[in-house]
Amino acid sequence: MAGFPYFPHTEADVQSMLDRIGVKKVEDLYADVPKEFVKKGAYALPDAMSEPEVRAWMNGLAGMNARLKVFVGAGAYDHYTPSVIPYITSRSEFLTAYTPYQCEISQGTLRYIFEYQSMVCELTGMDISNASLYDGPTAAAEAMKMAVACTKKKTRVLLSQGLLPHVIKVVETYAKFHGVEIGYVPVMDGQTCPNCLKAELAKGDVAGLIAPEINRYGIVEDHTGFADALHAAKALLVEYCDPSTLAVIKSPAEWGADIAVGDGQSLGIPLCFGGPYVGFMGVKKEYMRKMPGRIVGQTTDKDGKRAYVLTLQAREQHIKREKATSNICSNESLMALWVTVYLSLMGPEGLREVNRISCDGAHYLKDALMATGQFEDPFPGKPFLKEFVLKPKKFPGMMQKRLEEAGYFAALDTEEGYVSFCVTEQRTKEEIDGLVQIVKEG
Amino acid sequence: MKYYDKLIFELSKEGRTGYSLPANRFPAAPELPVALRREASLDLPEVSEVDVVRHYTNLSQMNFGVDTGFYPLGSCTMKYNPKVNEEVAALPGFTGLHPLMHAGLTKGALKVYQEMNKALAAITGMEAFTFDPCAGAHGELTGLMIMRQYHMMRGDLKRTKVIVPDSAHGTNPASAAVCGLEIVEVKSLENGRVDVEALKPLLDETVAGMMMTNPNTLGLFETQIKEITELVHGIGGLMYYDGANMNPLMGVVRPGDMGFDIMHLNLHKTFSTPHGGGGPGSGPVGVAAHLVDCLPDIRVSGFHGNFGVILRAYAYILMLGKQNLKKVGQYSVLSANYIKECLKDAYKLPIEGVCKHEFVFDGLINDGAHDDVHGATTLDVAKRLLDFGFHAPTIYFPLLFHQALMIEPTETESKETIDAFIDVMHKIAEEAAEDPRILQEAPHNAPIKRPDETAAARNPILKFKDAQ
Repeated sequence: MAGFPYFPHTEADVQSMLDRIGVKKVEDLYADVPKEFVKKGAYALPDAMSEPEVRAWMNGLAGMNARLKVFVGAGAYDHYTPSVIPYITSRSEFLTAYTPYQCEISQGTLRYIFEYQSMVCELTGMDISNASLYDGPTAAAEAMKMAVACTKKKTRVLLSQGLLPHVIKVVETYAKFHGVEIGYVPVMDGQTCPNCLKAELAKGDVAGLIAPEINRYGIVEDHTGFADALHAAKALLVEYCDPSTLAVIKSPAEWGADIAVGDGQSLGIPLCFGGPYVGFMGVKKEYMRKMPGRIVGQTTDKDGKRAYVLTLQAREQHIKREKATSNICSNESLMALWVTVYLSLMGPEGLREVNRISCDGAHYLKDALMATGQFEDPFPGKPFLKEFVLKPKKFPGMMQKRLEEAGYFAALDTEEGYVSFCVTEQRTKEEIDGLVQIVKEG
Repeated sequence: MKYYDKLIFELSKEGRTGYSLPANRFPAAPELPVALRREASLDLPEVSEVDVVRHYTNLSQMNFGVDTGFYPLGSCTMKYNPKVNEEVAALPGFTGLHPLMHAGLTKGALKVYQEMNKALAAITGMEAFTFDPCAGAHGELTGLMIMRQYHMMRGDLKRTKVIVPDSAHGTNPASAAVCGLEIVEVKSLENGRVDVEALKPLLDETVAGMMMTNPNTLGLFETQIKEITELVHGIGGLMYYDGANMNPLMGVVRPGDMGFDIMHLNLHKTFSTPHGGGGPGSGPVGVAAHLVDCLPDIRVSGFHGNFGVILRAYAYILMLGKQNLKKVGQYSVLSANYIKECLKDAYKLPIEGVCKHEFVFDGLINDGAHDDVHGATTLDVAKRLLDFGFHAPTIYFPLLFHQALMIEPTETESKETIDAFIDVMHKIAEEAAEDPRILQEAPHNAPIKRPDETAAARNPILKFKDAQ
């Protein structure tokens, strides 16, 4: 049989190893497995491919996917990825390392996680960040659990109905099995309704509220008074945010949040059909020991050199088992590096500029679409950045089809019968004009 | 490895930029209302592109990965990560796909999921997989949700307990707790296997199921698995297979055939995708035919799981094909047994006999303790290994032994590499016997010496501004 590039064993190697072990053949090493469980016959798998064949096959599959100009956000944003990022994150010293258990030979990973934590705290204004969670929706689910853990004996968590649908669905799933009751605060006049929040709080037993800084309609919400109302009821405010936009809109800390969560995807991570992304979480200092996930801290080594280690591990599953704050183990470390390199390159001014271009482009698109006369504005005058929804006057199916044929992914249907649009700094004026032209013709 | 002592924030200089954005050709949008605007400062680094590239390159050089050298970290399956996987996962036809694009626009991506579903079903004997979970522990949680969903759908609401062996990965009880289940621990026998007699009295109609990994965390095959699954099924419970230890069974034994109903796989272990310093992973969950109806209501991640990781695993499966699958299991077991036999003269082997992909020593036979000198511990052995260019094994796990040293070589290491490791382990044992302080002061030539972890926890410095 021909060799295989990932198996270095020669026949002579195998024989000498078997001799040393004292068995005749490799099968003897499975002698303890009941015979009925040893698979007989071939596995129903394809024949092995060579590398050129794998490459060609995968290129073929990639080619079966549409390549469209993306004018949709809804939790995944087509922001620009600087060339430096994949170059750095492909360095195998980062890529092929495990969780930094042996800190003396993992200072690279530990340092970038420390930088990442610092940047999450900077953007959100929170005191403490962990080393990352899976994605935004699971970060929200962890915040839901944390709110319950921090407010002992309370079992109800409120969700704003302005949260993106996939965030709500994941939090509901976790809540169902974790034994948490979910209450809902509706959106009125384009934003999470403060009076409805107060009414829910008056019912009692509320551990916290998860509300979006920018809601599913793209509207930047005003959370004035939310923190006070929640804190008066001994409940926590959890702000769900798009970290890219925090360069220009009020930070969770400025709204008085106890926990900030969201998805780091908007910080230069490719769309990639939904993952890998990276969930982030920032909390107030008093909740540090209730936080899920890895945390990196600074210390010194025996010679007094600055050093970084995994710390506060008494919260974690490998120490506390069923009493841990969460079951999370592997998180999204490499994607945290991705975000850290992105924010290093962009700096404060670059991030503001991304927001300016996206926001100006989105307003330009919305004005042009409204001028076609084919839409109503369900939320006139409401502040937005890169994303907005419109109500089509007629069934949008044909328009969406023609947009796709012309190379656009735009006008995504929402649950409420709107269509949503998003503009990032990657979209050009020509693309926008082209999109509007197709809508006009439809 | 060279010590490099900078944080990116310390390279910052006001006015320096590292980005390149198109000119803004749009009219200015109306300003946000003042009440919604950020007023806080935003102290991100201001650095050039060159600064960034050099900084992170320097950081990377303080890191050890599989591409650097042998990484025998038990239960982590640190096999080689093929480069063609990286290449195909970076194809723009995949990376440019928005997760909300409908099926007609994403035919290639959906075909990847279908083919992966078929392949993993064939490898494990399960019926269908969900690819939403983003890591192994996430898969466990999802699998337990499915377990509870199954009972709930049958109107059987009294099943609130899950049985977990005392040798289980820490994520097992933690996942069960997140899923709202009460954990009941079952003890192991002297021979490292689940004590079936101790299991029997724990089984009643309040048990939702049992979590097991087979081979277990000692690398030992649970020889009474058939009896265990029959007992648990007999009281209406389900069997969960923790796929962290699937590697030795690749191409040889299928969890579905052993009677497991639900399982997860770690694509970042068994299916060669890189660990990335702690993720992204992927933990698809497979179920037997009678549980397929429980899948749809359970949504545990935003979109379709970690597609980029799934692509890499798919490329690996294509390379393996049916011809090479069995060699994964066999060579991983061969290498583990070889190391065990070669080193048991210097390290305590608590349970004799054939192991699977990994095994556990309980520290040094001669730790060098005499008179006023303390003996070398497992931690000391681990730290000394770093000096010789090897990653350390998993230490102090499983909890069944005080000095656990858990070694997993995987199938991708050559005999030469393994022999070099064995030589170094013998040398370290000799050093310990002669002068344990050599080990206790190790590492001697890593970028840093041992850090003060107590100070890190007592006075937490968790961000740059805390350190200033």
